[in-house]
Amino acid sequence: MGVRAEGSPSVNTAFLNRKNGAWLNRLSAAFFALLGVGVIYVLGKAFVDNPSVFTQQVMNGLQLGFIYALIALGYTMIYGIVKLINFAHGDVFMVGSFTSFYAIATMNLHRWPARLWPSMSEGLVVLIGTITVILLSMLVSGILAIVMERFAYRPLRNKPRIAALITAIGVSFFLEYFGALPFVFSNNYITYPRPFEVVVYDAGTIPPAAMIGMWVLFIVSVVTYIVMLVMGKKGNAAAQAWARHPLLQFGMLFGGFLAVVLTLAGVKIEVGGKVWDLSASNVMLVIMGASIILQVGLQYIVTQTKLGKAMRAAAYDKPAARLMGINVDYVIASTFALGGGLAGAAGVLYATAFKQVHHLMGIIPGLKAFVAAVIGGIGSIPGAFVGGLIMGETEVLAAGFISTPMRDAIAFSMLIVVLLVWPQGIFGEPPGEKV
Amino acid sequence: MALLEIKNLYVSYGSIRALHGISFKVEEGEVVTLIGANGAGKTTTLKTISGLLRPDKGQIVYDGVDITRMGADAIVRRGLIHVPEGRRIFAPLTVRENLEMGAFTRKDKHEIEESMERVFTLFPRLKERVEQPGGTLSGGEQQMLAVGRALMAKPRLLLMDEPSMGLAPILVEEIFEIIREINEQGVTILLVEQNAHMAFSVAHRGYVMETGVIQLEGPASELAENPQVREAYLGGG
Repeated sequence: MGVRAEGSPSVNTAFLNRKNGAWLNRLSAAFFALLGVGVIYVLGKAFVDNPSVFTQQVMNGLQLGFIYALIALGYTMIYGIVKLINFAHGDVFMVGSFTSFYAIATMNLHRWPARLWPSMSEGLVVLIGTITVILLSMLVSGILAIVMERFAYRPLRNKPRIAALITAIGVSFFLEYFGALPFVFSNNYITYPRPFEVVVYDAGTIPPAAMIGMWVLFIVSVVTYIVMLVMGKKGNAAAQAWARHPLLQFGMLFGGFLAVVLTLAGVKIEVGGKVWDLSASNVMLVIMGASIILQVGLQYIVTQTKLGKAMRAAAYDKPAARLMGINVDYVIASTFALGGGLAGAAGVLYATAFKQVHHLMGIIPGLKAFVAAVIGGIGSIPGAFVGGLIMGETEVLAAGFISTPMRDAIAFSMLIVVLLVWPQGIFGEPPGEKV
Repeated sequence: MALLEIKNLYVSYGSIRALHGISFKVEEGEVVTLIGANGAGKTTTLKTISGLLRPDKGQIVYDGVDITRMGADAIVRRGLIHVPEGRRIFAPLTVRENLEMGAFTRKDKHEIEESMERVFTLFPRLKERVEQPGGTLSGGEQQMLAVGRALMAKPRLLLMDEPSMGLAPILVEEIFEIIREINEQGVTILLVEQNAHMAFSVAHRGYVMETGVIQLEGPASELAENPQVREAYLGGG
């Protein structure tokens, strides 16, 4: 938390001030600026031409972004505690997808409540079944992450960092091509049976009560948050603690995002010949809801439990954490388990959205989530969330309004742009702070 | 039997040997100080006792048990607590969370709460800042937090590494007053200091270290009068 070193600007302009190659650097900066103006023009025009389609795309971007955010959390937590970019994280995500695939396709796990209690209502069966599938995938992915840490990374912990990084790439290839074996996942694209049927909601089918309920949840938590913040400023220690409480974050995020999406989809207006008529599928709502619940759950573990506090302590200073009696190895393994679990859940959500699983499916989402973590500031949990949303939006808007084949190229170029102007990311700490 | 006994301890960093067979004892209830110049091996000694470093040979016996090869967390569980050099508080964690980390090995929530109240009576300023991140505290407050955090573990033996480092003279007095108070409550203290003058004022006995060996030992009052010690550590005269 220390004071930023004198003369180190938060925005990196050093590349403009260098003597050597200054001319070219200015040219490239101008090029990027021009490109930025162009992008804003294209997106603005698309919005003005057809606000309904544009907003629908923004909602689709949210859906993807919430998945990336879940994966990005794993990158950022693991980096935070062992300073390792776990390149095999995307493959943990893939294993999560396949776990849920087998659970659904061969074990019919998503229907288990119906087999035990045939009289149970269909909605409840789907809800419990889906949650069970997600939990199983989280468990398997979490265990995989622990095994990975124990056998591949822990032996290298006191070696130069590059050794563990290269090992991570090796582990990644191992999982990908071990999965390609015919008796494992095979190298085919496999159609994924969703644990629930897709239902699309629009103005006619969204109950106003759900909409109003979400708005109430959102407004109540925002007001509570502001009250706690003001009381905290006046020196009330309990209010300071409450202002940070994950319950309020849950209310604000869950209420806020769902209220906005339900309202956007639940309202139908016609202005000057243009029709505003959006829809939200239950897949989208499940992804947003599950992602927010898991992220707030993580926030709860990290800020309120003994294990989470030990994680933050160990991330900051491992020898000092050991002097507190904290078993740092155990804490690191738990961090891998949590990150892996979130990736596993993301795998289920991703497969549900795109209806396909493949042994290489983890590479691109994994890399995008890595970029998301860097954009948000690697090591920062809110950063992973914001970065994930930025990456999701970039990809979907680029595909929708700029160029569909270039969607990945544009999404990845965000990394270059962010590293140029904001090297530590949005929520990242300035470099060289921890002494 | 001594509470802590170090027997012929050798420690190296890679191929560089830092401790060349030191031996000393700390009796229950004492304040023992270890003084010496930079690089004498004081901090190395403490880190080895608390399990952060592994000795090449030698033995560390605490409370009748050989703890030489024990892990740092197991040592903490036995009530041997190390307040590291440079305070090393957890800057992103709040004052309360820092104190909770100090009590990491304890289970009883009620007792932990009691210990926290005791820390707050010792350091009222920490109570005012209980929800602030530790990194926002001043140097003196951070030292208080580091000591408070160690007390949260219910120590029997406290290893303190340069508690006066980087503090204003008035705060140094305050910290040493608190060290005396903690000792009077029954905690044994092994104190490493460069400020020999202050160290001798609270200690019962002392050891003088030089380049990895113990040169002198004796009651603090005698060491303070020793011409060699006065020459080297107490500013001559």
